[in-house]
Order: sequence, then C-alpha cells, then structure tokens
Amino acid sequence: MAEIALKIFRGDASGGAEKEYRVEATPGMVVLDAVLRVQATQASDLAVRWNCKAAHCGSCSAEVNGKPRLMCKTRTDEFQGKEIHVGPMRAFKLIKDLVTDVSFNYKTARMIPAFTPPAGEKAPFTMYEKDVERLYEYHKCIECFLCQNVCHVIRDHKAPFFGPRQLVRIASLEMHPKDTLDRAQFLKDTALIGYCNITKCCTEVCPEHIHITDNAIIPLKERVVDEFYDPVQWIWRKIMGRNSNGG
Amino acid sequence: MSVASSNERPWWFEPLSIVVVLSGFSIYAIWAALQGQGAYHNYLSPFFSPKLASPFSWFSPAFLILWVPLGFRATCYYYRKAYYRSFFWDPPACARPELRGEKYSGETKFPFIINNLHRYFFLLATIVLAFLWYDAILAFFFKDGSGNAHFGAALGSLIFLINVVLLSLYSFSCHSLRHIIGGKMDCFTCSLAGGARHKTWGWVSILNERHPLWAWLSLFSVLSVDIYIRLLQAGLIQDVRFF
Repeated sequence: MAEIALKIFRGDASGGAEKEYRVEATPGMVVLDAVLRVQATQASDLAVRWNCKAAHCGSCSAEVNGKPRLMCKTRTDEFQGKEIHVGPMRAFKLIKDLVTDVSFNYKTARMIPAFTPPAGEKAPFTMYEKDVERLYEYHKCIECFLCQNVCHVIRDHKAPFFGPRQLVRIASLEMHPKDTLDRAQFLKDTALIGYCNITKCCTEVCPEHIHITDNAIIPLKERVVDEFYDPVQWIWRKIMGRNSNGG
Repeated sequence: MSVASSNERPWWFEPLSIVVVLSGFSIYAIWAALQGQGAYHNYLSPFFSPKLASPFSWFSPAFLILWVPLGFRATCYYYRKAYYRSFFWDPPACARPELRGEKYSGETKFPFIINNLHRYFFLLATIVLAFLWYDAILAFFFKDGSGNAHFGAALGSLIFLINVVLLSLYSFSCHSLRHIIGGKMDCFTCSLAGGARHKTWGWVSILNERHPLWAWLSLFSVLSVDIYIRLLQAGLIQDVRFF
C-alpha cells in the first residue's frame, strides 16, 4: 500500500515548525483522515478541531499546501506524488498545532444589529418566494471561516474589517423582506465594507459555493453607495423622503 | 482562477497575464487615439464614436470620448478585482503575501473611493453604446457609385455587430445595473411593478454571472474592430462582401 507524506505544523503562539509523518494511503482518503491517523498512531498530542467529517460543520478548516480548505473535503489523491503540507489558518491567533482562536468572528457577529420586524408583527410571517429566494444562498454558510482566513484585509492588513462571513450575515438581514432596519451606516463605519476591494478570494475558497462577492458584498456596497456616495439619490431622498423598500 | 486550478498554474500566471493584456490594450488605445481618425467608408472605429469635432487640430477627438468607457471599465467591479490583484498585488493571488502592509485603506480614500461612482459611468457608457449600435447598423449600409446607400453585409459588418452585442452583454451584466433594477429592493411583492423588476433583476443576474467573460470578450472585440479598420485603411486587406 502507498504511503502519504504529511508535513503538519506543530507548535503554538510562541512558535513552531512542520513535522513530517507518513501514513498509509487508503481509497477515498481525505486530508482529515490522514491527520486523524497521525493523531491516533504517531502523535496523540496533535491538536486538530473537527466534528462532522462531512463538510457540514465547518470545524476542520486549515491550510492545505497553502490554500485555505476544509480538511474533510480535500482528498489526498489530489496531491499524488507531492508532499501534503497542513497548517493552521493564518489569519487567526494560533492556539496549538492546527487549532486557532476564531472568537473574533463571534465578537463581530454579536455587534451586527439584529433582525427587526415591523412593530407589532411576529413570526411566523407570510412571505412570498420571490422575496426570500435570494436569502437561501446566505443561509448555506457553515461558518468555516475560510473566507475570513483568506481575506487579505484581515489576514495581511489586520484591519478591523468585519470580513466576508459577517457581510453575508448582514446581507441576509438587510435583504429580508420583514426586516425594517437600515444598516448602511453600520456597514460603512463599523463593518468597514469600504475596506473590501472585491478580489473575490472569499468566493473562491467557500466550500458551500456561496457567491459571496457578487451576491452579498457588492449588493451591500451598492446600498452604501445609495446612502453616502450618490448625490442624485441624496437629493431624491430630500424631496421624496426615505423609501424603506429601497425602491 | 479558482483555488483548485491554482494547483495547475503558478500563482503569478493570472496577474502577469492581466498586466500584459491590459497594458497592451492601453498602449494600443492611446496610439489609436493619437491617429486622430478611425473611419473607413461606412465603418467608424469605436474609439472615435460618437463622431465629435475636436476643438484643436492637435487634439484627437477620441480623447473626448475614451474617458467614458475607460471610467466604466476602471470602476467596474470585475476589473477592480483584476487590477487590484495584478497591478497593486493587493493581493497578487489568494493567500499570497502582498506588497503593501500598514497603510491599506481599501476603497475608503482617494483615488479608489471614486469607484463608488460606477453607476454614473454605467449610464454614460450606455449613451456611448447607443451610438455604437447606430454605427453597427450603418456598417450594413454600403454606398454605391452614385452615393446611394444599399443594405448589404461584409465581414466588417459582422465584426461591428459582434462587437456591439458583446459590449451590450458587458454593459447590461453590470453589478450596478443589477442593483438599480431590483437588487436594492427588500420586497418585490410589496412594490409597484415589483414583479417586472424581479423578472428583469433575474435576467440581469443571469448575465451578471458571466460578467468577467463579457468584460474580456468586449475588450478584444473593440480592439478587433479598430485593427480591422486600420488594416482596411492601409490597404493591407480587402473587406469581404457577402451580398
């Protein structure tokens, strides 16, 4: 049986290095299988976060050969004849080995103004398919935070930008037909949407194939333009008043 | 380039290709504009359409027009991705280290804050597009010896038609149009004409999925039309007349 050469990062916030392990390849093996085999047979202290092993929980995010990916969705036979380098997500503070501190994402999520239905209205709401169909895509997010990890604004510039995941979340609230809040000011001044320069890496790494840039970030950027950068809309609002439906 | 395909090509392939193509196009466009004219019988180069008179003999009329399509493309959401990655290395490719560190401000400061005016460049580019459609129709009318125009078709006519169709696909797949037409609405069924806007938004969304493709194809088609006209002017080729 063929062997796979795995180079797994071992270390913590104070430093570390890759260490080589060899495991037996099995048909259909994914990187997470190989890492767990290493943990079971050669390095019982190897820290790795995982849960469903079916690309549904978003726990096993890592960088495989420099690319942000879910380990459970990355087959080892994709790298035939090559070493497989497995490291932690670089955008977040390292805890140990492959485990990072992703609490930044939960802190920013808590800052987002919550869903606010019209006064007096309570769920269940009567809504039409054509008003809610675009929200389904946003709800596919499994919070793996690969998009946050690959976003260069967070990863390289360390800016207080909320990141693609939170913009997807804001889009799901902002475009909800029963939500009454306007989050344009929040998007501009707190979530710092202007820091996104549309390089689409978030879309490229999303394991749920959400069109993060085209269907969430750009529509939100356009809403911010409506509010703050479009002089004609500004004059229109002064004359006609604010339309809560954006139309 | 997807992360998966990046395994097959080196990371620098895409940024380098874009730098070469966009720089090459820009150099050609400046050269073509400096020629001062771009017409051959019933064909008018897109660089010189609509036909305007220059206020000075040394100033090419192309410069009165080119800022509109240039502004439309420079502020386009797709081209922004292309040039931020290729020219500014911000980032050069996904998960690659970049050149700039501390002073990043994204699109919150000058000059990139101007990108927020994309919708206005879209509207101006649509006016130019209307003239290009007019030129494409004229490309199907050929004058005979007595000066009367007759309907016909030549290779040039087809190139004009393909160009204007590609430019229309690029323009009408624009993200700003998608927003204006319906994306800005939270509730289609609550609004007057909401059904029609939802349907139109759906069509624009379908076109929008291929926006990068239309962006590149239309760039090359504009180039092709101008090169074709200049080859005809130079007598290096003959226009192939079908009927």
